[in-house]
Amino acid sequence: MADYKWPAADKRELIGKRISRVDGPAKASGRATYSYDVHREGMLFGRMVLSPHAHAKIKSINTAAAEKMPGVKAVVAFPSIGPGFEVLWAGQELVAVAAETEDQSRDAARAVRIDYEVLPHLVNDNVTPAKAGDRANKPDVASEGDADAGFAKSEVVHEGEYGNAIVTHCCLESHGQVTEWQGDQLTVWASTQAVSSIGGEYVTALTKAGVPVTAANVRILTPMMGGGFGSKFQADRWGIACALLSKKSGRPVKMMLERDHELMVAGMRPSLYAKVKVGATKDGTLTAWSSESWGTAGPEESSQGAIPYVFQIPNRKRTHTPILTNVGPARAWRAPNHPQYALVTMGALDDLAAKLNMDPLQLFLKNISLVPGGAPTAATGPGGAPAFSLARVYTEELNKAAELMDWQKKWHPRGDQTPGPIKRGVGLSIHTWSGRGHASNCNCTIHPDGSVEVSLASQDLGVGTRTIIGIVAAETLGLPLNGVTVNIGDSKYPQSGASGGSTTSGGVSSSTRLASTNALNQLLAKVAPSLGAKPDDLEAVGGNIRVAADPSKAITWKQACAKLGTTPVSVTTSNQSPEGRSLMSQQVGGAQMAEVSVDVETGIVRVEKMVAVQDCGLVLDVKTAESQVYGALIMGVCYAVYEEKIMDQQTGRMLNADMEFYKLAGINDIGELVVHMMTGPGYDERGVIGLSEPPTVSPGAAIANAVANAIGVRVPNLPLTPDKVLAALGKGEMA
Amino acid sequence: MSKRSGSDRTGEDSREKENSAQRLGRREFVKLVGTSGVAVSTVLAGEGLLQAAAPRPVLDPQQPADAATSPLVGPGPVRMMLDINGAPQTLVAEPRLTLLDALRDRLYLTGAKKVCDRGTCGACTVIIDGKAMYSCTTLAIDVAQRPGAPAAKITTIEGLAPEGELHPVSACWVDNDAEQCGFCTSGFVMAAKAYLDAHPQPAYEDVKAALGGNLCRCGTYMGIRHAVVDAGGRISGGKA
Repeated sequence: MADYKWPAADKRELIGKRISRVDGPAKASGRATYSYDVHREGMLFGRMVLSPHAHAKIKSINTAAAEKMPGVKAVVAFPSIGPGFEVLWAGQELVAVAAETEDQSRDAARAVRIDYEVLPHLVNDNVTPAKAGDRANKPDVASEGDADAGFAKSEVVHEGEYGNAIVTHCCLESHGQVTEWQGDQLTVWASTQAVSSIGGEYVTALTKAGVPVTAANVRILTPMMGGGFGSKFQADRWGIACALLSKKSGRPVKMMLERDHELMVAGMRPSLYAKVKVGATKDGTLTAWSSESWGTAGPEESSQGAIPYVFQIPNRKRTHTPILTNVGPARAWRAPNHPQYALVTMGALDDLAAKLNMDPLQLFLKNISLVPGGAPTAATGPGGAPAFSLARVYTEELNKAAELMDWQKKWHPRGDQTPGPIKRGVGLSIHTWSGRGHASNCNCTIHPDGSVEVSLASQDLGVGTRTIIGIVAAETLGLPLNGVTVNIGDSKYPQSGASGGSTTSGGVSSSTRLASTNALNQLLAKVAPSLGAKPDDLEAVGGNIRVAADPSKAITWKQACAKLGTTPVSVTTSNQSPEGRSLMSQQVGGAQMAEVSVDVETGIVRVEKMVAVQDCGLVLDVKTAESQVYGALIMGVCYAVYEEKIMDQQTGRMLNADMEFYKLAGINDIGELVVHMMTGPGYDERGVIGLSEPPTVSPGAAIANAVANAIGVRVPNLPLTPDKVLAALGKGEMA
Repeated sequence: MSKRSGSDRTGEDSREKENSAQRLGRREFVKLVGTSGVAVSTVLAGEGLLQAAAPRPVLDPQQPADAATSPLVGPGPVRMMLDINGAPQTLVAEPRLTLLDALRDRLYLTGAKKVCDRGTCGACTVIIDGKAMYSCTTLAIDVAQRPGAPAAKITTIEGLAPEGELHPVSACWVDNDAEQCGFCTSGFVMAAKAYLDAHPQPAYEDVKAALGGNLCRCGTYMGIRHAVVDAGGRISGGKA
């Protein structure tokens, strides 16, 4: 009888190896079909009319001219949009049109006339609470211990300011969908992170808009997905409008966001700025923290300031004030809030270390017992491996990172004394994330001809979800990877959670493991008599079913499946059981180090090298896992050095809503990247934990600390653009 | 940042010069299709070309002009013949149609992706007469057959290998995990193919500058660097 538990290291054929992603050939040959690529017979192209004003009231909407334009088949106002509606950001969608060609739809959108009463806007992402007036929300205050007493005990106190500008998601496949009605059935090819859940939003919103539809009649398809990073969890306003255009025109409609629209409204990470005071005794023992922070998540109140991050410094207090602005709506951005928290916390600790004349690595290690879970213990866990302790994980990771970075050789006290304009420095940061798997159901069907399908309504955002599902099923059934067909991206498959918060790997791997094991056990029961054995004595290995104690007694997988006659084995299993929970875990640690060079004459920062040491429990596919971490480092270089949503204070619009001036790192901007995954005893036996968010957290802090180490002064705010570097140098003692 | 450097765009610039010499030039085209405003008219007046533009002819949209035989086309739909992946493709569309939209929306060749739509990110890269080009900023009519000029030879990613087979560059992308979401991948593969045709065995460092005209959001640059070097070795080494 096959066991649910993950196989021991010496029994793994696929898990933990370096496997190329299964959809790689389709993508690399241009044959992969994304929602953006879907073409349906008679399909129209949708286009949206956006508000040019950041804050305004709609006076009137006139679509008469647009409706008469060549090729136009439908014009609809967005639900709830009409005279009196208060626009809260530039780029708010108001009217949608559908026409025969993209160019015709663009012409028609231009012909829509909307009159506004323009209202005062606030699009500054760094307005202090004192200056924000009635835009300042109620502050969130929290404390632990006695901060004043803690500072009284401190022998060295550092005070500093740190900040993160707003960045956007900039998914290469922009948001959007193709919608098609066949009678009362709605099919949506959506670029979404939530195949299982957005159908319900269509039901609610369309019914409210006078187009009733039942959940059973809505089907969501996401064949391939061109990136989401947290910005594609919803049906979205454009999804509902697209379905309305389809209904009105009686034709399928494709409506994808244009790039400027995507950058303006479809993705945004809240800003966070903070004034920090942190104290320690002379030996570097942290004693107290206080912070006042503010930031904006647009018109919403979701800006947060849960600092200090990772280090639970005794005697701490914090006050965070969300500021309501018209910069655009926030969306979850890979590891929501953690990168901002990391910059503020690790930046302040790095500056404190400089004031203590201490290597920040030593400061971090000295205080490592302040991380969640406290000091490492000598306890052992299952199989005699060290018991999980975040402090132990960080200690091992920091030491490993130091080795890979050659930290001891490269670190120097603040300010590179090398002659000439190029200064080098190193910095570090640590981070954590939960990453526990979401609820997931998987169907495993073993056909009499030996073919196998695993099906679940999950989605692959590009992280390798399809591949790890295949790996788990094939490993469980003793088959090669191509012996299993993975079906995802269709809401008609068994429900599986949305892909956010690094919850997918744990969720889909556990449900797949359970369903495949259950299906295999049914097959073993069928074939046991022919091998003269009990089902409990059999195992599926290397494409055979065999007696575990006597491997010479074996039949091939195909022969075994033929014994099913005409009826496949089909099992659907939820991971919401003790067995399912035992296959996954939560809370990972990671450490990163950055090396930069800074030209103090031009202010240009170059990231020369980054080292990421990361734990995520049991690694299912080392190849795609490493790619995830490389990607996180590169995304980190982007937001640390280049990316920023720049708002025009006069017009309230985004100034750089294109990919020329919304800067992402190119292939020559990222330096040398080194990734080390923590695996083996102490890690593997924890089970599967998600990986997408955690390595995205630390790059900003590590790079900012490296810049401070190089040039001797802190550049307080990200991104570390030349103007900010030169301004900091102008104020600093060095240079 | 390297991708902003002028060297990335030399292909495009020389392409434009060739256009002027071999077939209807871009400026002349702008004038003829009637999209000219005051500024364009001013520029053209000095070149003695304005006279040919007025009066602007009104063509019957039901009887589209043939771009292959008529120098004067637009602004309505025009019959165009494109040479794509070695086969002639005819379509009727307004002259403002970009090559990218022609490929994706008319010919259903969706390997080239629409991402920035402004000549920045390279996701729409195709190979035109041997050069990697942004199809989002190339008009279909500029590469169609015109009087006295054959259609430009366009290779899209679908033309690299028959369906079900992998071109060596694509295979190296898979082996080196140089792709995540895959939306930049087609453009990168085509840029790499054009680069490798001209530089068969690049060093690791060369690749960083060579592919500066393409952007990835998932962060696959490490895999891409290795994939291009690997592909150079495989193609030149005869292992392909």
